[in-house]
Amino acid sequence: MAINLKTLSAKPELLAGGHAACAGCTGPTVLRQALLAAETPLVCGSATGCMEVVTTLYPHTAWRTPFIHNAFENSAATMSGVETAFRALRKKGRIPDREIGFIAFGGDGGTYDIGLQSLSGMLERGHKMLYICYDNEAYMNTGIQRSSSTPKGADTTTAPAGSVKAGKEQNRKDLTAIVIAHNPAYVAQATPSDPRDFMAKVQKALKADGPSFINCIAPCHRGWRCKPDSGIAIAQLAVETCFWPLFEWERPGKFTVNYKPKEKKPLEEWLKLQGRFKHLFEPKNKPILDELQRDVDSRWVELLAAEERTKDVQVK
Amino acid sequence: MAKFESLTGNDAAAHALRQCKPDVAAAYPITPQTELMHKFAEFVANGKVDTEVILVESEHSAMSAAIGSSAAGARTFTATSANGLALMWEVVYIAASNRLPIVMPEVNRALSGPINIHCDHSDSMGCRDSGWIQLFCENGQEAYDTVIQAFRISENPKVLLPTMICFDGFIISHTNEPVAMLKDEAVSQFVGVYKPDRALLDVENPYTFGPLDLPEWYFEHKRQQVEAMRNSFEVIESVGAEFGKLSGRPYGLMDGYRMEDAEVVLVALGSTCGTARVAVDVAREQGVKAGLLKLRAFRPFPIKQLRQALSKAKVVGVFDRSISFGIEGGPLFHEVRSSLYGGKQPVIPFVYGLGGRDIRVEQIAEAFKTLQQVGKSGAMDRDVEFIGLRD
Repeated sequence: MAINLKTLSAKPELLAGGHAACAGCTGPTVLRQALLAAETPLVCGSATGCMEVVTTLYPHTAWRTPFIHNAFENSAATMSGVETAFRALRKKGRIPDREIGFIAFGGDGGTYDIGLQSLSGMLERGHKMLYICYDNEAYMNTGIQRSSSTPKGADTTTAPAGSVKAGKEQNRKDLTAIVIAHNPAYVAQATPSDPRDFMAKVQKALKADGPSFINCIAPCHRGWRCKPDSGIAIAQLAVETCFWPLFEWERPGKFTVNYKPKEKKPLEEWLKLQGRFKHLFEPKNKPILDELQRDVDSRWVELLAAEERTKDVQVK
Repeated sequence: MAKFESLTGNDAAAHALRQCKPDVAAAYPITPQTELMHKFAEFVANGKVDTEVILVESEHSAMSAAIGSSAAGARTFTATSANGLALMWEVVYIAASNRLPIVMPEVNRALSGPINIHCDHSDSMGCRDSGWIQLFCENGQEAYDTVIQAFRISENPKVLLPTMICFDGFIISHTNEPVAMLKDEAVSQFVGVYKPDRALLDVENPYTFGPLDLPEWYFEHKRQQVEAMRNSFEVIESVGAEFGKLSGRPYGLMDGYRMEDAEVVLVALGSTCGTARVAVDVAREQGVKAGLLKLRAFRPFPIKQLRQALSKAKVVGVFDRSISFGIEGGPLFHEVRSSLYGGKQPVIPFVYGLGGRDIRVEQIAEAFKTLQQVGKSGAMDRDVEFIGLRD
């Protein structure tokens, strides 16, 4: 299916409007783009978190696909059970013989932290399903607590910036790299600010012969303390600064960088739009700013090198 | 004449599971459940059953995957023990509240700590309020028979609750006993094929499972679980009776031994009931009008039937293989005593066998004597009797 407005506008929306997400939330944008990209019927699941809460307020549901929420840490395990049931019942001829796509969603708390084991188990077992992490870099649903995805220096409710501490003291976890270490079929980083890129990745992931994973940045204006209408622009700026590179990793090990900014913007341009980093612009916190920039730079160099190193790898 | 095979409880349960043709199993190893899954895996590896097995990375994921699979519309089982059940605890409740007919052999083992791999009932008792049906078994034969009945009970549209088949670790799970097995076709016919009304894989009719349920509706949904549990009494009895016609081994909610004229009655669960039956005979020879009430259904708890069965007893002793800290006696004692509320007979708590400590005929016969004494005097000089415990 071609990803263009003409084709997409003819497709039904699988996530109904009227859900309870905050105005300006990028989470539902991530969901809608993912659902719209699918070329087969879908069964979806989600970890406990913002997207689960706002879409399934009983007796309402925003899901026009079958949907299951189980608990916080087990979106991957739950959907691996659904996917296995699909194989079992299809084999026995008890359901129609056709493809169904399976997508598990989770926020960064439910994926980087409490759901990491469940995700790892799903990847290792090789279930043919897609896991999408909508990464808003903290526990937003419970009130902006720090997660292992929160960037160093960010002000959160559990690691606040104060007179002696400058927010989170640790570097963020590189979950995408951890997922790649499992040798799944397909891994990517994406952004809702580039729907064509994200949706093409969803299509590829759903067709992949095995487990796939997409880490999608999803700015939260409440937690990032930015303007409610700026979420998509801030997501794009994360890409332009190379804080959030758009890339793919395909088995048996090919890296492709999907977007290389003509002019890589300084990280400060992204940081300064967000109240959570405001204190970093005080003179005493200059070393943290410098460190964050160095980290982005070295990761970008590593990524470009990985692409170059694997350019001859043949993907099946 | 039925053909008997020498099987451990774990193997008997694995055979029953094979014959019920589950679509999906998800499990994680823990002693003493392990050999049940070894046997089942062997059946799968040799094409004796075509279940898709998910070998998960923890019990939490075992129950999570079982929930996904069951909600998808597949007949699903898992199996566990002790700490495995404890790790599942969060999702054990979710399985029941989503009304998913998952079947789970629960091979009873003491909960840590200290760590101990042997039998007691602290694990099952820990989730007695989770909304699962809990049926206790006395031996390998009952484990086999109860697994088969469990699918029928759980999948009944009036019930739709998961069922735990509780049997004693090592004492039943690892002991060879003669077990009469039904023919594969007979079991297949008895359990039928699971056809849920709502399933995730029915993509034309999308349902949302597990929505956020706020104060406006949560209470009503709990009430529906209460109704389902109430309905399950009749279903457990009718499935047990139907199974009796098929096998010659009828089942109900409980089973009495020498209860007709019994004045001193012991209530117990699990393998101890076999020992207690011999102790009843010994006590009778010693002049005590002893009887045994073996409880099979702990959830739902059959209050009416229990009151009826104990109506003539002058004194009742309750044997708990688990403990409730901070209150005297174990969970079974408290359920039995509250069932008999308003009755005149004393109800006396005994705690025994924690962490797999053996219980012997003479100890139970001694308990009957203690009970007879209490029956005469109307009171016991201590709050609870610990059997076989060092001072």
